[in-house]
Amino acid sequence: MDSELIPEGVQRCSLGKFLLWIGVVSVVLLWGVYGMILCWAKGLNQTNMNNAFGFALWIWADLAVIALGGGAFFTGFLRYIVGKKELKNIINYAVLIGFICYSSALLILAIDIGQPLRGWFIFWHANVHSMLTEVAFCLSCYFGVLTIEYLPLILENRQIDKIPFFHNLSHNMHEVMAVFAATGAFLSFFHQGSLGGVAGVLYGRPFGFREGVLIWPWTFFLFTWSAAACGPCFTILITKITEKVVGKKLVKDNVVELLAKISGWMLLTYITAKIIDTLYWAYVTAPKMGFTLDQFYTNNPGSAYGYWILIMEVIVGGVIPALILVTRKGRQTPLLLWIAVILACVGVSLNRWVMVLQVLAVPVLTFENWFTYFPSWQEIATTILPVAYGTILISLSYRYLPIFPQESELNPPPEELLSEAETVQKEAIEQDMASQDLTPAESAG
Amino acid sequence: MFPFSFEWTWDMSHYVFHGGLWYALSIIGLGMTYCIGKSAYDTITGKGGHHEDH
Repeated sequence: MDSELIPEGVQRCSLGKFLLWIGVVSVVLLWGVYGMILCWAKGLNQTNMNNAFGFALWIWADLAVIALGGGAFFTGFLRYIVGKKELKNIINYAVLIGFICYSSALLILAIDIGQPLRGWFIFWHANVHSMLTEVAFCLSCYFGVLTIEYLPLILENRQIDKIPFFHNLSHNMHEVMAVFAATGAFLSFFHQGSLGGVAGVLYGRPFGFREGVLIWPWTFFLFTWSAAACGPCFTILITKITEKVVGKKLVKDNVVELLAKISGWMLLTYITAKIIDTLYWAYVTAPKMGFTLDQFYTNNPGSAYGYWILIMEVIVGGVIPALILVTRKGRQTPLLLWIAVILACVGVSLNRWVMVLQVLAVPVLTFENWFTYFPSWQEIATTILPVAYGTILISLSYRYLPIFPQESELNPPPEELLSEAETVQKEAIEQDMASQDLTPAESAG
Repeated sequence: MFPFSFEWTWDMSHYVFHGGLWYALSIIGLGMTYCIGKSAYDTITGKGGHHEDH
């Protein structure tokens, strides 16, 4: 029924099966939308945020998806600025994942600000002394860039591409894509950094506070670095999940391996810098402010923030995946690659959790106890909402747009396979004939 | 915010923040204007190309 919309040379499931899949995911989506409507209609009393936790699950989700969506800007940077041509086979998917991540981040922020009708205030009545203002500026602009990068893909749909203007628009956008990619890299560098800078400049909260260069704390650079390292891991992870779901190979191994290798070295250098930063903070910065490392990781309810979280973030989610990805054998072994990209994504998400929630949970005054927080179901539903939205958008894009340029080559249609087999058989018979000096009939006989 | 807004102050913070914002918006705006304009021209004149890099 929708075969005219499906890219040429690829196989897709039946429309009924596809609609059933979309229907199932839509149930989750609607649950999130219901939570969102409650938050907008009744206000932020629908959440479990309080005076201690002005930043909570939503802001963590925001920072996590922005870090994971970093694959778009870094892959774009590598493809268009550095000139890694092999990455053209995965850049479309990186852009789509980035688009989903950033639109999700903006959606979560629209819920979090309580009154979305006043969302434009941050642009018009900007507080030019706040890193969050810079984040809002860059985030919005970068979402514009991602939309521009995603648009040519939509225009390449079989039916849309038949319209000359859209065909030319898609072509012309590809021609100047390097300019947009460079702008995206510039914007990403600053907003990823400023998100880290927010925690780093909190001199009243020694758990988050870091020293740095001029106005930028070290967390500014670490956040950008970690996003550039782990974003591509998320792109690889989603690519691998998609391949498992559809039961096909979509990207050649050499492309994934190149991205994994670059990501591995970025992760290794990042985690080295992170370890140095942590040691300096633990032995110099925090003691200078009257705190010991133990105070940040002990005596909290249920040991929710024990030393385990530091080990989990730095060693399990940083050192181990970095060592796997920088070795050829690690990258080429499917199981190890899966483990590495999953651990890297968990590691960076945990880092954002620590820098948003543990910062607020640690007591800073002698008479205070640890602050606790557990999200309400509305917060959980609206945080899961982007996952359902992302799944639907990926499903639609995979079905109707040429997201994977290597798909048809890697998965030739059955008739092509048959004709290939026939050709091979024919060549074998001809060789046989030539060697034995027989006629075709004699050879077949 | 624009310089003619009553809240505007001619200081470094406003230059940096809003300068960066307008710089990014200008590139995006000019880039898209160029693409749309050239596409309209190509369509009218019957020119056009094929992109290899998807």
